[in-house]
Amino acid sequence: MSPTTTMAPTLTMKTLLLLILALPVVGLAAGGHETLDRAPIDTRDAASIQRGARTFVNYCLNCHSAQYMRYNRLMDLGLTEAEIQYNLMFAAKKVGEPMTVAMRTADAKQWFGVPPPDLSVVARSRGADWLYTYLRSYYRDDSTVTGWNNIVFPNVGMPHALWELQGQQALKVEDKEGPHGRTHATSLVQLTPGSLSPRQYDAVVADLVNYLVFMGEPVRAARVRIGYLVLIALGVLFVLVYLLKQEYWKDVH
Amino acid sequence: MAETTVNKKRRTLLLATSVAGGAASVGVAAPFFVSMLPSARAKAAGAPVEADISKVESGMMIRVEWRSMPVWVVHRTPEMVEGLKAMDTRVADPNSKGSIQPLYATNEYRARKPEWLVLIGICTHLGCSPADKLKAGPDSGLGEDWRGGFFCPCHGSKFDLAGRVFKDVPAPTNLVVPKYQFLTDTRLLIGNDGTGA
Amino acid sequence: MSRSQALLNWIDERFPLSKLWNEHLAQYYAPKNFNFWYYFGSLALLVLVIQIVTGIFLTMNYKPDAAQAFGSVEYIMRDVPGGWLIRYMHSTGASLFFVTVYLHMYRGLLYGSYRKPRELLWLVGVLIYLCLMAEAFFGYLLPWGQMSYWGAQVIVNLFAAVPIIGEDLAVWIRGDYVISDATLNRFFAFHVIAIPLVLLGLVVAHIMALHEVGSNNPDGIEIKKKKDAAGKPLDGIPFHPYYTVKDAVGVVVFLAVFSFIIFFMPEVGGYFLEYNNFIPADPLKTPLHIAPVWYFTPYYAMLRAVPAFLGSQFWGVIVMGAAVLIFFALPWLDRSPVKSIRYKGPYFKIALALFVVSFLVLGWLGTQPMDFLGKLGGTDTAVVLARLFTLVYFLFFFLMPWYTRIDSHQPEPERVTG
Repeated sequence: MSPTTTMAPTLTMKTLLLLILALPVVGLAAGGHETLDRAPIDTRDAASIQRGARTFVNYCLNCHSAQYMRYNRLMDLGLTEAEIQYNLMFAAKKVGEPMTVAMRTADAKQWFGVPPPDLSVVARSRGADWLYTYLRSYYRDDSTVTGWNNIVFPNVGMPHALWELQGQQALKVEDKEGPHGRTHATSLVQLTPGSLSPRQYDAVVADLVNYLVFMGEPVRAARVRIGYLVLIALGVLFVLVYLLKQEYWKDVH
Repeated sequence: MAETTVNKKRRTLLLATSVAGGAASVGVAAPFFVSMLPSARAKAAGAPVEADISKVESGMMIRVEWRSMPVWVVHRTPEMVEGLKAMDTRVADPNSKGSIQPLYATNEYRARKPEWLVLIGICTHLGCSPADKLKAGPDSGLGEDWRGGFFCPCHGSKFDLAGRVFKDVPAPTNLVVPKYQFLTDTRLLIGNDGTGA
Repeated sequence: MSRSQALLNWIDERFPLSKLWNEHLAQYYAPKNFNFWYYFGSLALLVLVIQIVTGIFLTMNYKPDAAQAFGSVEYIMRDVPGGWLIRYMHSTGASLFFVTVYLHMYRGLLYGSYRKPRELLWLVGVLIYLCLMAEAFFGYLLPWGQMSYWGAQVIVNLFAAVPIIGEDLAVWIRGDYVISDATLNRFFAFHVIAIPLVLLGLVVAHIMALHEVGSNNPDGIEIKKKKDAAGKPLDGIPFHPYYTVKDAVGVVVFLAVFSFIIFFMPEVGGYFLEYNNFIPADPLKTPLHIAPVWYFTPYYAMLRAVPAFLGSQFWGVIVMGAAVLIFFALPWLDRSPVKSIRYKGPYFKIALALFVVSFLVLGWLGTQPMDFLGKLGGTDTAVVLARLFTLVYFLFFFLMPWYTRIDSHQPEPERVTG
């Protein structure tokens, strides 16, 4: 016999639950003030992540470390030890080693002002959308030390590591007097071409971001898989334990 | 009648739930148990090591570190190899029946190739690292009839040039031979022989 | 006599095993009308066990050293087999601990579980709540991320606001002039052993105090007043097997929610695992928005809402402290002749609803920067709202002796209803 509850608690109960469930939505709203492009990544696409790994090792590992990421973790993507060693390992000797960088912190500080941060979990702190937008938002700016600036990260100390692929962009600022007051619009225009077309470059960046997401939490795919099993098991357990409860509570009136 | 059907239903449900609950408990306990196994870092540190033996002259040996243990790679001379048979009567376990070595080292040379001996340099008595006394003769300080081998200074155990323990010494078994394989004639991989590290 | 019976007798002659079993489980009579709100006590106990077990296994690999802490957490996430699962269980468990405890406390507010003769039970409970907050605060420094570091910095600086002794007090707490390795080590000691021991002791006391007087129920009436010929409460049922089996259902549902979060959304949009905490602590770089974890945000909003008086920020600290400590006074503030909201009048119902709303709104305000709603006549709108709802929050308590006395009430039933 299920007990009936009176009006007041039920109402508050429902409101409470609704509010608690709604909280994550608020979380989505919180964050950056610029509009970011959505990173078009599919975290289940192992081939994309593999390509991203190659880009990472070739363009990023010279300055950035990924000290919590071991090379042999890439085997989770279906690569063999030999493939990893041959295609992706230039500085390290053993496949169980982490992705450390050759540059010393002291040198880095001198050359860049701040040492380039470790990128192992950058996808967890910045998010995929931010990274995707950031890597495509560089423009030429002679007023900075590196000659580069970035819409998403003004006065960033990092130069455009992928400029050979994207080419050089310039910032176009348009201030207009319109019927609703002044509008201020910024956009990027191509100055010189890179070795890739804009579409190709975006795809390379997407793969790279996909890799960064993978690197941030390599166990993610397994985590989700196990999750389905666990919830199914709990479902079975729920049915059993509920029937057991009903059986015993038949005696209670 | 109703009494027993109720009891039966209750018993079945209780049993089913207990079994399911037990299975779930095993599932929950598993990650905790597994977390105590060697981590990726431990495995990386314990990974096989490569040794370059191109510079090791005949009659000499090198020491390599693997899993924080000293591993000796001895380049035996033909005389050293031939002299092993004569030592059969002086060692406690000439056929390596009671000692630890891979299948390919369970022979009279205790090695894949007769001239290359690979041993873990830890005395099987109480874990000291024996000194190498490869040269035969009284200069070793071990008497006239010393044929070459290893001497442990801690409690006086002696091993021959195949790492076999002498009779009447504290150490109980022959020195351990680790897994190893020849990547090339001049490169040894210690800790892995293709059957897994 | 069977062998198991003989064994039991042997034990019983030397240890009150059967006595404890009967007194606290098989012969402990609880009201038969427990509803949804009564799951959260046992669930809180479950979460405590989860936190302790996962905590032990985390301690096997965590390094409480400023130079290694952050790395050791990533080591657990990546290199330790199953370490990621243990970590997520612990971070999710921490937040769910507060969810269950807040809902558990709310049940107390609904049904007057703090009223005589359960005042001491309530006081021990508030002590547990305080210890829980301390435990969470100390634990949050351990990952040594940006939020860990700066959150600790802000809170310890609150102690610096204490007049006269403040600065010295803050240095003593930190063991250094800034949050540093010394601070990390001692917070580790507090989090791993000191407070858990106290918590365990308090939980035992909490359950003992409960069993001494017997559980309350949604009708707020004392079931011990109506007993049968054998001396058992008419409206009571033995805790075992009825509530063990019912709580088992609660446990399974809880584990489903727990698992859903762990396996599909462990960060919960940055509320359970904050994004900024994936950046290693940098004493030279303050994050733009320092916010405590969600379960502290109502109090954080109050802290920020109080302006500086007479040149001191200490008033905000006092208000924040009072907001927690006032829970201790509750048993003596409620002057209603009935315990349960079911038989109380509209004043209490409105007051409680307003209290809940203010707690939630303050919580939401605490997650945001103070300027996020623009200005209202010179002051930040968010601050104005925070001040308003802080007032409502306190009035729930301060005015309670008055509105509970003048409130109407229904007659309590003789026997429990559903």
